[in-house]
Amino acid sequence: MKRTIPLLITAIGGFVLVFAYFSPYTEDWGEKTMIWFDVIAAIAFVLGGGNLLKIHLKKTSDQAEGWGYSVITLLAFGITLLVGLLKIGVNPSPQFPHFAWSGEYRENGSPFWWLYEFAFKPLTATMFSMLAFYIASAAFRAFRAKNLEAILLLGTAFIILLGRTFAGVWLTDWMPEALSGLKIDNLTVYIMKVFVTTGNRAIMIGIALGIASMSLKVLLGVDRSYLGSGQE
Amino acid sequence: MFEFLKNLDRRWVFLLMMLSVAIPIIVIDWLGLSLPEKPSELARNVFDEIDQLNEGDKVLLSFDFDPASEGELGPMATSFVHHCAEKKLKMYFMALWPVGPQMIDDSIDRVIDQYYDDLVYGEDFVNLGFKSGGEGVIKVIVTNLRELYTTDDKGTAIDDIPMMEGVRNIRQMDLIVNVSAGSAGTKEWVQYAATPFPDDIRIVGGCTGVQAPLLYPYIPEQLPGLLGAIKGAAEYEKLVNDAYEPDPDNPRPVFTEGLRRMGPQLVAHLLIILLIVVANIIYFVERAKGGER
Repeated sequence: MKRTIPLLITAIGGFVLVFAYFSPYTEDWGEKTMIWFDVIAAIAFVLGGGNLLKIHLKKTSDQAEGWGYSVITLLAFGITLLVGLLKIGVNPSPQFPHFAWSGEYRENGSPFWWLYEFAFKPLTATMFSMLAFYIASAAFRAFRAKNLEAILLLGTAFIILLGRTFAGVWLTDWMPEALSGLKIDNLTVYIMKVFVTTGNRAIMIGIALGIASMSLKVLLGVDRSYLGSGQE
Repeated sequence: MFEFLKNLDRRWVFLLMMLSVAIPIIVIDWLGLSLPEKPSELARNVFDEIDQLNEGDKVLLSFDFDPASEGELGPMATSFVHHCAEKKLKMYFMALWPVGPQMIDDSIDRVIDQYYDDLVYGEDFVNLGFKSGGEGVIKVIVTNLRELYTTDDKGTAIDDIPMMEGVRNIRQMDLIVNVSAGSAGTKEWVQYAATPFPDDIRIVGGCTGVQAPLLYPYIPEQLPGLLGAIKGAAEYEKLVNDAYEPDPDNPRPVFTEGLRRMGPQLVAHLLIILLIVVANIIYFVERAKGGER
């Protein structure tokens, strides 16, 4: 039962969506299925939160390696959840002044807003910015013109790196109109439009065929790996 | 010197990268200058798609990104709102990412609240907020928006919002503008909105640099225009500023963020090229000496 019901839900949901796409008479069914999907997606946030708690509480109680980070994760999760859910420090909305929780959870100056502005925003921006440092370091250590393929890759990288800045325009702006195709900014566009698009289209078609065959296996219940091992 | 470069500690590379980004930021801010920009065909297409709309036309702006990619996408989001506000288009904001509403708030604060205070919430622009489900949300709202959105982001009933009157689904929008940092984003908008309804839905987008190559295959039929990363934002900013800023040679600072960020990008890219060249010189010298083969 534990496996049959999810299999049935998947098969019915999947086939309804397939029919809804091709037949206008079943469009409503597809719409309803997608609304259920969106409801489940919202519930998945609760599941995700529960899973996060389970993993980090276990790590903390076992005092496994790096358990201190788990404590920080749990504290950050708990405080943010509490502040946001209870709308702490939020003023009631002017429309409903008698209802304490009618205000916006991210009202300017509220504790949730403070956490977002001064913790979440700088932390996530910092994480993403660190990529630049690692890319520079990796380029210095790994990018070697060892063979023809590597030379082609290097040449392309130089053109794109220059073409995505004003340097590309400035370096080759002197070229006559007859040779405008060789200007770095135009070469960048050409590489992106022709080589990158060609390669990506081929990969995408391959992936799409794979997805179609995989989806059919899932809908027919041939592939059940998404249900887990069932040993837990 | 050769030995120093050969065994260069990566912390020197990190320091150089920090300086190559920090110095241009400080200098550009100090001098109030930015590098010139030459708009590409794709940026022009994005500009034209919005510019050809008439006053009062409906535009859905889906901000599907978070603070991690604000550096790349924030300026183009600002420019999209700037352009729509200048054209007096009806703006319907929404988000498929949980912190998307904050990104919408930022753009509204930066553009509408500061420079277009004649625009009225609920009549000229509305924030529909975040809904979970990613592409599931798109699939529903292409046929029935009201099934998912019963209130706006502030909790006001959809039926009480004047500009929502008669809006049943997003096929009634004259254009969809998507700013995307990943999934769900421009790819999903193309696959689940523009492709099934090519006669009703037109989409233009802006995305991060790593996403752009994955979206090129959809250009131009399914995706007429695309702004790739900060370079795309700077090109679009220039087009909008040239067309609508009271003094195009001296645009308001909030509308030049993309152009200003091209300075650090230029120096950082030059640094990466320099590092690769130096590393390859070391490699070839070592090889000539009979080292690594």
